[in-house]
Amino acid sequence: MSAPARDLGPIIGPGHTFETVTDKIAAVVLSETRKGWMLGFGISFVLLTIFLQCVAVLFVRGIGIWGINIPVGWGFDIINFVWWIGIGHAGTLISAILLLFRQTWRTSINRFAEAMTLFAVACAGLYPILHLGRPWLFYWLLPYPNAMGMWPNFRSPLMWDVFAVSTYATVSALFWFVGLIPDLATLRDRSTSRVGRIIYGILAMGWRGSARHWNRYETAYLLLAGLSTPLVVSVHSVVSFDFAVGIIPGWHATIFPPYFVAGAIYAGFAMVLTLTIPLRRYYGLEDFITMRHINYMARVMLATGLVVAYGYLMEIFMAWYSGNPFESFMVKNRLTGPYSTLYAALIVTNVVIPQLLWFQRVRTNIPLLFAVAMSINVGMWLERYVIIVVSLHRDFLPSSWGMYAGTIYDYGTFIGTIGLFLTLLFLFIRLLPMISIFEMRTLLPEAKVKEKHA
Amino acid sequence: MTARVPLYGLMAEFADVNHLVSAIRKLRQMGYRRLDAFTPFPVEEVWEELGVHRNMVSFLVFCGGLAGCLFGIGLQYWTSAIDYPINVGGRPLFSIPAFVPITFECTVLFAALTAVLGMLALNGLPAPYHPVFNVPRFALASRDRFFLCVEATDPLFDREGTRRVLESLSPVSVAEVPD
Repeated sequence: MSAPARDLGPIIGPGHTFETVTDKIAAVVLSETRKGWMLGFGISFVLLTIFLQCVAVLFVRGIGIWGINIPVGWGFDIINFVWWIGIGHAGTLISAILLLFRQTWRTSINRFAEAMTLFAVACAGLYPILHLGRPWLFYWLLPYPNAMGMWPNFRSPLMWDVFAVSTYATVSALFWFVGLIPDLATLRDRSTSRVGRIIYGILAMGWRGSARHWNRYETAYLLLAGLSTPLVVSVHSVVSFDFAVGIIPGWHATIFPPYFVAGAIYAGFAMVLTLTIPLRRYYGLEDFITMRHINYMARVMLATGLVVAYGYLMEIFMAWYSGNPFESFMVKNRLTGPYSTLYAALIVTNVVIPQLLWFQRVRTNIPLLFAVAMSINVGMWLERYVIIVVSLHRDFLPSSWGMYAGTIYDYGTFIGTIGLFLTLLFLFIRLLPMISIFEMRTLLPEAKVKEKHA
Repeated sequence: MTARVPLYGLMAEFADVNHLVSAIRKLRQMGYRRLDAFTPFPVEEVWEELGVHRNMVSFLVFCGGLAGCLFGIGLQYWTSAIDYPINVGGRPLFSIPAFVPITFECTVLFAALTAVLGMLALNGLPAPYHPVFNVPRFALASRDRFFLCVEATDPLFDREGTRRVLESLSPVSVAEVPD
């Protein structure tokens, strides 16, 4: 918590007390529904119906409605899977790793980022299942004693993925819910409606803030953070194994795990910024999510963005250094082949534009920062497109080359999952406190016990 | 003692955490042991004064993690080497490096589930009813007030005497907690 040389402003606005922090955050949930929320929720819900429509057609007609073909057997489905799961990394990073490093500024954004993680992982998890061809048999992926007398192949990275993603989803949900329990008790006690008291009361499970309970609670919370820290690193590493263990040029690289993890954090922070910038303004939470938070998030983006840029550079370097003709063709094809425009767009959105974050003036300029975050959201999607489609479409044998383009159902499903994500987020904002109230209380000066010996 | 309603204890409300900490210290010095404090956020000093130090959560989580680790490796060993062995070019059936990721994920999953369920179980949650909620002002315990409850089962507990002690500790109010 050492103050940097330049004054970045406080973590929490001046003049707040336990009462004001509690009431201000709880008010978002307990007050009347606002028109802007209705509008946002409505738009998200319309997008969600597009998803349902695309999935209904998919179930009836099969994955032939998508653009995938041979050689490009992985298309939008896997691009979007990796994109969403990458976004879903910021939440646990913020809540777990920054907690262990005692970065108290995380408190204002962790709850919201965890919710975002959960919803992003939900969107991600849908894609591999939809891609199965017979999605209703997805449970074949799980090791259960079956009439076929077979077991899954535990040596396959795709199987590791099943375990990694489902563990990640479960542990993120647990972490999020444990963090919510004391705040649910606050809502139970503050709610004026009978229904609210009953529902929040059931969810709070009779939490009463007893000192003995807090003691075990803090131990459990810290342990969850410790467990989530290696978990968050493992998930995107395992996702990168899906590629790196394959022999396709452009996939078969040892740099993939660290480069994917950095990319995930990069994408996650970009999405957190994209969402918090409008939210803090709409709900007047500038006292809790201050310029200091925004500035710190921009710095994390800059740092991870540089790691990602290093990854791009190393891919090109290794193609030359390895002397492997297929690798060097892959890079040449990326830079000058039929998808070169996408690669150029990737470099501009993901490497060039984020360099603006070096400047303090950009990091404190909200509209500009929002634009940079949007650019990274697009850039990270393009990165996965380049890795998956451009590597697959021209592999070893020119006779098996092909081209790929998403169909209207590919785009519809993608837009649809954005709808699902936003719908869940809007419901979350309306029904649960988006900032951890009890942890905000601990940041106030009056929460410190002044030692006086009686 | 005039026993009208059976009492769970006496509850004092404090406006700030310093008063709560010194009140607990005072009561502990007088010999009271069946005390509990209720705070809107975790306060380490309160645990120290109450003599709450160690808890079982860490040990349980370790056991959970160990069980998960054994489950993960055992599942993969049994299915790949015993129940359904497939010879792939003479490679070892029990291929440990390939089994590391799933073993790790199972360890984390079991440990995390133990952490949450263990914490709730040790805390006796979910608890549909607890006497402290009978005090109307207790709703503030989840907002900005600090409460201290002396339970009636304490050997030193005396309805009038304990009340006088609590009132001397500069509380906002003292209330009886009906059982």
